[in-house]
Amino acid sequence: MTSIVSRGSTSSVQGRSSGPLRAMCEVLAHRRVGGYQALTFVAPEMAERAEPGQFISVAVDGAGTLLRRPFSIFSVSQHGPWAGTVEIVFDVVGPGTKWLAERSKHDVVDVVGPLGKPFPLPAQPVSCLLIGGGYGAAPLLYLASELQQRGFRTDIILGAKSQDRIFNAIEAKRLSATAQFTTDDGTLGTQGKVTDVMDRVIEQARTGVIYACGPMPMLAAVSHVARRHRIPCQVAVEEAMACGVGVCWTCVVPYARKEGVANLRSCMDGPVFNGARIDWDRLGMGETPAPPPAPGGDAPGDGA
Amino acid sequence: MTATDPAVAPARTLRPDQVDLRIDLGPMVLANPFVTASGCFASGQEINRFYDVNRLGAVVVKSITLEPRAGLPTPRMAETGSGMLNAIGLQNPGIDAWMAKDLPWLQRAGVPTIVSIAGKTAQEFRILAERLRGVPGIIAIEANISCPNVEDRNIVFACRETATKEVISQVARVSTVPVFAKLTPDVTDIVSIAATARAAGAAGVSVINTLLGMAIDAETRRPRLGAVMGGLSGPAIKPIALRAVFQIHQALPDLPIIGMGGIRTVTDVVEFLLAGASAVAIGTANFANPLVAAELLDELPRWCAARGIRSVTELRGGLRL
Repeated sequence: MTSIVSRGSTSSVQGRSSGPLRAMCEVLAHRRVGGYQALTFVAPEMAERAEPGQFISVAVDGAGTLLRRPFSIFSVSQHGPWAGTVEIVFDVVGPGTKWLAERSKHDVVDVVGPLGKPFPLPAQPVSCLLIGGGYGAAPLLYLASELQQRGFRTDIILGAKSQDRIFNAIEAKRLSATAQFTTDDGTLGTQGKVTDVMDRVIEQARTGVIYACGPMPMLAAVSHVARRHRIPCQVAVEEAMACGVGVCWTCVVPYARKEGVANLRSCMDGPVFNGARIDWDRLGMGETPAPPPAPGGDAPGDGA
Repeated sequence: MTATDPAVAPARTLRPDQVDLRIDLGPMVLANPFVTASGCFASGQEINRFYDVNRLGAVVVKSITLEPRAGLPTPRMAETGSGMLNAIGLQNPGIDAWMAKDLPWLQRAGVPTIVSIAGKTAQEFRILAERLRGVPGIIAIEANISCPNVEDRNIVFACRETATKEVISQVARVSTVPVFAKLTPDVTDIVSIAATARAAGAAGVSVINTLLGMAIDAETRRPRLGAVMGGLSGPAIKPIALRAVFQIHQALPDLPIIGMGGIRTVTDVVEFLLAGASAVAIGTANFANPLVAAELLDELPRWCAARGIRSVTELRGGLRL
């Protein structure tokens, strides 16, 4: 079987020689990873340009759907017979992701990417702690493989409701010095939240930088702990997006800048932000105890 | 599509490059009928990552206000059946920052620019238009008198003839470029509002803005938008938009119309032209496909050529009744 979209075949790829582009991408593999779905696309140009923390947006054709669905990049491969591939992880939460879950090998899907700002990598060797909630683990495992290649110490904490919602524990163990798991129901690792084990890991690993991805309340809690330890913390947010390319101003996050708090676009100025500068108070997730949950604050990446 | 042998091809078939895409928009001539719907294209730079946006007839930028606006709380968007609701709340950096940061790029890139302005009062609209006087690269002003996402929905100017007249006359009086009035279909009679805008000095109208709508999450019993209500756009509103363009064109056949509302395909474009639009604006479709406007710009001449249509202006108001 030859690839439909291969390097050098530019007819189905539109865009510039750098930055995001749009391509019709063949599905190379569709697999289940725990309770989640993973799709691998043949996308050589995107694989070449992608960095950990960036995302792609996929056109879906579910009932009544109109907009693309954004997904963090889980892994890329730049070599092999398929020239280059990009893999995403998702959960079926609505008609868009249901349609996507029905794609199988050789189907062709309309993909735009890579989009957004990647995780900034440390300039010098430092002990890195990666904290993921649910399938928010996906971009962190991509980051972990980059950090491993650079020889940085990496510790990983993954948290979820239950064991089947922990994404890829095996890969997390393989890519880290230590891997901790927390579940709400105690079916894997420590019963509780990721923040319950953070202090211990930070002390043992002498953590110098924290990276996190997951639901907003988890990112808020992780940012608060990081601030208490005076450790820089980069978080990748999962905000609902309409366009993913910076033109609709839907996916904004209140962010402190010199001029004051501004609503920045998570698709363009993020999805990776300095967790210490997100205005968690405004999102109802401040450090002061028992704020009411903000509407939509725990919205998954795919709201439909 | 390539040139076909004239001996076997139907006599009327043209090559796409023989199709004249230029259109008159009142006192302006655009290279082609494609513009962008305000608020769906930012100020062009983001989409320019995908293609040269200066190929478009014009870029209509996201509405600019006098002071910076932070916009409304999230969630700001809800996907609905064949459409979407938005409640952004005119987030923008304000006219000063926009002229310092965004305008220079548009000028350098040679993008014909239509500046959408939004004020809380007629006086604010006038001040905005004054700031834009004689600025190179700006070919028109679009007065956004119909944004549904304002604090006081009773001040949607385009819902009342008196308010429409006041804003448009103030803007037209000071503007050095043609003024387009952006209208809402959320009125009893859009034709009378369009006629009022024209009488007040508008060179044309942009039709339609989003319709006020809402969506509810049955499980949480909460509105799906932070601002409760928002503007509906996308294919769901196309029939309403076509109707509005048609009604205005029937009543005021000389009034230039930028038609918009759910345009996604080349036949959508043609339908708006047939209803009476001179140009079309691509809005929500940009969200689903950042390249859509460029693709339609490539497709329209092919569509026309295959049907022997030499100039897109032939289509305007060509509806057979």
